[in-house]
Amino acid sequence: MSELKSNIPDGPLAQKWTKHKNDINLVNPANKRNIDVIVVGTGLAGGSAAATLAELGYNVKTFCYQDSPRRAHSIAAQGGINAAKNYQGDGDSNYRLFYDTIKGGDYRSREANVYRLAEVSSNIIDQCVAQGVPFAREYGGLLDNRSFGGVLVSRTFYAKGQTGQQLLLGAYSAMNRQINRGKIQPFNRHEMLDLVLVDGKARGIIARDLVTGAIERHSAHAVVLASGGYGNVFFLSTNAMGSNVMAAWRAHRRGAYFANPCYTQIHPTCIPVSGDHQSKLTLMSESLRNDGRIWVPAKKEDAEAIRAGKLKPTEIKEEDRDYYLERRYPAFGNLVPRDVASRAAKERCDAGFGVNKTGEAVYLDFKSAIIRYGKEEALINGNQNPTDQEVYDYGKKVVENKYGNLFQMYEKIVDEDPYKTPMMIYPAVHYTMGGLWVDYNLQTTIPGCYAAGEANFSDHGANRLGASALMQGLADGYFVLPYTIGDYLSKDIRTGKIPTDSPEFDQAEKDVRDRMTKLMSGKGTHSVDYYHKKLGKIMWNKCGMSRNAKELQEAMDEIAELRKDFWENVKVPGTMDSKNAELEKAGRVADFLELGELFAKDALTRNESCGGHFREEYQTPEGEALRDDENFSFVSAWEYNENPREAKLHKEELVFENIEVKTRSYK
Amino acid sequence: MKLTLKIWRQESAKAKGAMKTYQIDGIDGDMSFLEMLDVLNEDLINKGEVPVEFDHDCREGICGSCSLQINGEPHGPDRLVTTCQLHMRKFNDGDTITIEPFRATAFPVIQDLIVDRSAFDRIQQAGGYISVNTSGNTVDANAIPIEKQNADDSFYAATCIGCGACVAACKNASAMLFTSAKVSQFALLPQGEVEATERVQNMVRQMDLEGFGNCTNTGACEIECPKGISLENIARMNREYLSAVSKG
Repeated sequence: MSELKSNIPDGPLAQKWTKHKNDINLVNPANKRNIDVIVVGTGLAGGSAAATLAELGYNVKTFCYQDSPRRAHSIAAQGGINAAKNYQGDGDSNYRLFYDTIKGGDYRSREANVYRLAEVSSNIIDQCVAQGVPFAREYGGLLDNRSFGGVLVSRTFYAKGQTGQQLLLGAYSAMNRQINRGKIQPFNRHEMLDLVLVDGKARGIIARDLVTGAIERHSAHAVVLASGGYGNVFFLSTNAMGSNVMAAWRAHRRGAYFANPCYTQIHPTCIPVSGDHQSKLTLMSESLRNDGRIWVPAKKEDAEAIRAGKLKPTEIKEEDRDYYLERRYPAFGNLVPRDVASRAAKERCDAGFGVNKTGEAVYLDFKSAIIRYGKEEALINGNQNPTDQEVYDYGKKVVENKYGNLFQMYEKIVDEDPYKTPMMIYPAVHYTMGGLWVDYNLQTTIPGCYAAGEANFSDHGANRLGASALMQGLADGYFVLPYTIGDYLSKDIRTGKIPTDSPEFDQAEKDVRDRMTKLMSGKGTHSVDYYHKKLGKIMWNKCGMSRNAKELQEAMDEIAELRKDFWENVKVPGTMDSKNAELEKAGRVADFLELGELFAKDALTRNESCGGHFREEYQTPEGEALRDDENFSFVSAWEYNENPREAKLHKEELVFENIEVKTRSYK
Repeated sequence: MKLTLKIWRQESAKAKGAMKTYQIDGIDGDMSFLEMLDVLNEDLINKGEVPVEFDHDCREGICGSCSLQINGEPHGPDRLVTTCQLHMRKFNDGDTITIEPFRATAFPVIQDLIVDRSAFDRIQQAGGYISVNTSGNTVDANAIPIEKQNADDSFYAATCIGCGACVAACKNASAMLFTSAKVSQFALLPQGEVEATERVQNMVRQMDLEGFGNCTNTGACEIECPKGISLENIARMNREYLSAVSKG
């Protein structure tokens, strides 16, 4: 346990970050011009880090597989971003945001990191407004807020249902300003294939130009990985098609520990799977749970009639509906955290109350919100005795204003009007709390290799609260990493440019080429997607919303088997020297096939239930997660082994000095 | 559903392309257009042929990666959707569907259905930002109230996903709708006013340098835009531009 140094500064929690900033070494502006930094990934964390590092004076190279940094998957975040501004005067504070995040994460995150996150959250909003991010406003011209799951205040800032795009465009515009000045050199349609270590330090990467197929060497004094999460190990997830673990996994192979891989967030409100052809799942923002009520039929025969198409949800009487979240969790109701809401949906569906053809869906109903808002609007408009139709029309307008684009998206996909009939939703893989292990400075176990945003593990414990991913990405990129990396780079002011013709670069490039040749020389029995879908099925069925020792063991064996089959029999058409989507996918799936096994191993090792990790053997009589703080209050950090089941476990003990660790209750 | 697909195949930027015909079967109305192409590609791979390259990523209509000129329309026959959100229920059994890349001088073809849209990035690099450092010491976010109407209009302009459908729809391959949306987002906010004069001139200059055509107000861009970006933005950009030029 001793070798993992979290480097948490001394002193009282609220002063740690300020004190740390005062204590760390700085690099003078003239020297920054001689230092290069590589940033892999240009989402909220990578984009904001690249822009800020360039502003500070470092020479930055950014890498993304998309054709433009603006398309990174942060763009798809819908609901909002948290900040402890307390604009609503409802008792919010840095401490409360810290407390909610630790509790929401089921006491499996690091106190000091989470407090820092809460502390800088307000700056993020100020910064984004100054950059021209068009957040939603009230008629008085001030910023509007809404509420998200797992909290009792309204601290979420938003831009309709596309907060992610607006924040990313903000970070991208900050990048553009630096690209225009020549301080950022963007490498779009490029993929990092390996991390290069020289004398034990991260000194560059090997990347592939995805258009020409050229293998390139890029050196730097430090490498920042902001390449997102690994939800696509499940094949079906709300991640983008290209989202992958390659950058992080390559670093892991080179010595960076991988933390808590089994902590995955299954988001409760996604559009259910419609068939085998499905390539990805679409999220319906958690913000909908502000106004939507979740229910299933209270009677099994009604659920059966609905599945058979003989009954419509609107025909079921109020008393025959089971608003199970309101029933089970009266204090938080429909706004319980995501892990709790997802498991509750699964519980009802497994018990036979699910509603679509497959029986794997529950209703999200806006009828009472439409009526509530409609009555209020009618009064505001001086209509004392509105008809039902008038109430509906007024209410629909309010709901449309709040969630219009989400309703439109739902209608396009499902072909049903959610204003008239309740939405059908089911949980889907959405976010991964696990990731590269980092210390307080966001440095991995490889000196000079940093990880930010979803790619690291540090802030969300075993479950992330809604609207906190955007907050963490921007906090890491704008306000944390640019300071902490300076401390490391201050030792590099005399190093000079890192050459790319060293034996280390030669070897790394050779490794990459060998691997690609091997991928292309499979016997050609099955396509890459065939393997990816098989892996996804194993993951979803045996490492999904609930897990048990027997199935986790089976998953490990099946994945190992599948990996062997993949390397022998995969079929990758085309050539290495051109745009080749299949080759790109093959490289990513190869990594998922290793990660999947480690994931199952991690879940098997953690003999407790916490947050998104639910082990059937460890639950309370009411079916709630049962933590084991005595034996499992630690971060699992895995050291790479090419046979993932042999990976070595290192533990970082979690210490809670400022918060009382208790059983999470949302009742 | 059984379909005939006529697809533009082009090996590389320099190679000569041509339309190629494929037959496809077993397509379900609940599939998205791109999932239909996935089925085609799986078929091609299994037959030992090279699959069709196309840009796509989020598959939920927000990243702006997907493109495709489908039966002559950017993002196909449905309105206010990107290709990834277009569902096969919009087509009928036995249909022939023509699939081409977005066509514009400023969007050269890279391979098959993929075009190079980096011109859009360069237009934004020329001035699509507010010059503020990430010091964290800016004024409080609520220090400057912004009229809701302006905030909303700025937001609607900012919903542009940069897909390039406006250019592909335009007979002149003009990028006015795209550029004006970016100019408008900032022009409507007090934070953006400071650099307004330079911004519009720099962005328009870059737009012209990239080889996009002029706007002749046909309005095809607005109709084909998956996000419904309004022509009003073009009018606003013209006003901004004229006032900037007259200021000198």
